[in-house]
Amino acid sequence: MLLFLARRIGVMLFTALCLTFVVFYLTNLPAKLETLAKTQAGSRISDAEVASWLDRNGYNQPMLTRYGEWLGVVPGWTREEADGGMTGRCYRLADISEPGAAPDRCGLLQGYWGNSTRFRADVADVITARLGATGILMLWVLIVMVPMALLVGVLAGMREGSRTDRSLSTFAIASTATPEYVSGVVFIALLASSAVGISPLLVSWGVIEGPVLFQGNARSALEKITFWNFFLPVMTIALYGMGYVARITRASMTEVMTQQYIRTARLKGVSFPNIVLRHALRNALIAPFTVIMLQIPWLLNGVVIVEVLFSYPGFGWVLFEAAANNDIELLLAASVVAVVVVLLTQLISDIGYVYLNPRIRIS
Amino acid sequence: MTDPLTWPGIFAQLGLQLWPVWIAIVLLFAVSISFKRHLGLYGKLFDSTIGMFGFTLVMFWVFTALFADLIVTHDPLAQFSGMRNAGPGSALRDPAGGYPHFLLGGDALARDVFSRMVMGAREVLRIAPFAAMISFMIGISLGLPAGYIGGKLDTGLTFVANLVLAFPVILLFFLLVAPEIQNTAIPRVMAGFLFLMPVLFFTVLLNARFFTQPMKRNLYVGAVVIVGLWAYSGLAFNADPFGVWGMSPNLLNVFVAVVFVNAPTVFRIVRGITMDIKTRDYVAAAQTRGEGPWYIMMWEILPNARGPLIVDFCLRIGYTTILLGTLGFFGLGVAPESPDWGSTINQGRRLLTVYPHAALAPALALMSLVLGLNLLADGLREESLKD
Repeated sequence: MLLFLARRIGVMLFTALCLTFVVFYLTNLPAKLETLAKTQAGSRISDAEVASWLDRNGYNQPMLTRYGEWLGVVPGWTREEADGGMTGRCYRLADISEPGAAPDRCGLLQGYWGNSTRFRADVADVITARLGATGILMLWVLIVMVPMALLVGVLAGMREGSRTDRSLSTFAIASTATPEYVSGVVFIALLASSAVGISPLLVSWGVIEGPVLFQGNARSALEKITFWNFFLPVMTIALYGMGYVARITRASMTEVMTQQYIRTARLKGVSFPNIVLRHALRNALIAPFTVIMLQIPWLLNGVVIVEVLFSYPGFGWVLFEAAANNDIELLLAASVVAVVVVLLTQLISDIGYVYLNPRIRIS
Repeated sequence: MTDPLTWPGIFAQLGLQLWPVWIAIVLLFAVSISFKRHLGLYGKLFDSTIGMFGFTLVMFWVFTALFADLIVTHDPLAQFSGMRNAGPGSALRDPAGGYPHFLLGGDALARDVFSRMVMGAREVLRIAPFAAMISFMIGISLGLPAGYIGGKLDTGLTFVANLVLAFPVILLFFLLVAPEIQNTAIPRVMAGFLFLMPVLFFTVLLNARFFTQPMKRNLYVGAVVIVGLWAYSGLAFNADPFGVWGMSPNLLNVFVAVVFVNAPTVFRIVRGITMDIKTRDYVAAAQTRGEGPWYIMMWEILPNARGPLIVDFCLRIGYTTILLGTLGFFGLGVAPESPDWGSTINQGRRLLTVYPHAALAPALALMSLVLGLNLLADGLREESLKD
């Protein structure tokens, strides 16, 4: 088991290294650097000014050297200023100018994530603050999504081909066909619009005080989460992810229900609810567990869409802003986080699978 | 000036406007149902209610895209005075002999929402099926040898596929589909690699079958190579000497990104099925007969893997449609005036709480197309399992 873990972590690190290099390469293309220079130093500067801006800020070294700087394996660039002070990657990050005062290397390995050019703040601070906001969103999504998906899947799968099965399966298919930007738009139009949907009706009946039933903007949830400002974003993400998990649960449940031991239990007179709860459920939930774990990175897509649509400033919103402004170091940090989430959930799902299913042993 | 339409009127007019679609669907169903016993899996589809419903939804949008020029009531790019954010059924101030109403209202730039939605179907259906097809050919061409031969080749290809899959799709889109990237060599290089796969696929496919009959082989493979390389030069490098094949840098960028995201998943599916099928007796029989590895992969394993692959193909077109919508939603890689559904939703969402119709129409259109494809896949899966 330890050897398996060590090998998996080794592959994970190598994957993360490859992926961050790809992100680094794509964000540091000459055309993208030019855009960055223009957003930082003014949009009308000439080509010569762009070149000198890039030169002054250490962007004109070879790509691999700068990737090494970012990782912290290559010493950061330095230059003596006209007034005798020193400047350079590490000097700027530490905000000092005395020669020799800054460390030699300052990258990921030394704990420096760099500065965000979009938010003009430390990347680590931006990411941790926003990740917290997204963590709460994801927590609620999972709280809503997982029980709902398992319930739908188990109910549909326990009697294959029945009317319940048909209608719940169709519902699951419909939910996988509704991406977040569709369900979000429909929800807002139906529940959070002061002009159409049910809100004007409820207002005219005097059921609700404010102009709308649900808030179409989740920014206020940062201070205080209420049912009314958080329900729509959570439902929008949960709905799209739910269908897939429900279908896997159903498939797994129908397979279990045809097993010999279920028939034996039936023949010895165990009641149907007892068969489902005691005998079938435990074995039927192995496959959904792995799928739920693998679903988490997939929800990231939804998080970006929903946070942009409902203007909820979380991790997805930061990713969108960083990409729109070519904020290199923020984008790199965000991709490191995203990649780590993907690889960690894969690892957990593998380990959990082995743990839940004693038939599989890793040598 | 005519009176604005009420909802029953709007639906009646929409039904009338879509007449070519209804006729085409009725004809298709009449022919298909009367010959359904001779049509194999496609015919069996008409035994399943869910599959038939899904197929109807899909064909509705296919025919809408085909007959879009007959259906649209106005130019989808034209702006009409006084129609900014007009509600559904509003009458035009000055129709000037044209259609007197905006059936589904006007958007924030006073364009007809209905016509844009219809034209958007064409935009989506022009890309999604082809992107899914290319992804499948790449996935098959790489997945078959990875599963059948295994060893170092399998390890290497699986690692690369996992690498792409570990990328959050949205991050990849943000990085890969951007105006700055379009001007670099990256999309061209990727297209050069990705579009070469279908040509190789067909060459190997036909060569493996006909290499014992050199005359036939030379004819078929020669035709594939000539037509393939002709299309390849145009699509990947925009260097078609006759100007028949071509893609704008915008479109190429979107296409490449979507294929790049889809192909690794197909690869993993094909690899899994191949590893399962290669232990069967008929593969062992072919090996004993002395057939080459490519013949076994292409003509023994692939035809027997068709069931799950056809089902996944339907799902993948739907997923590609969702991905295209996501791209449009973030304003990535689309022309500013483009009527595709994703960017129409994106433009409509700014005034969503006040004038939702501009975003709702394309959103429901996209949902119904994807739902149709998913139901179709479900029907096909059910019918193919009955064998």
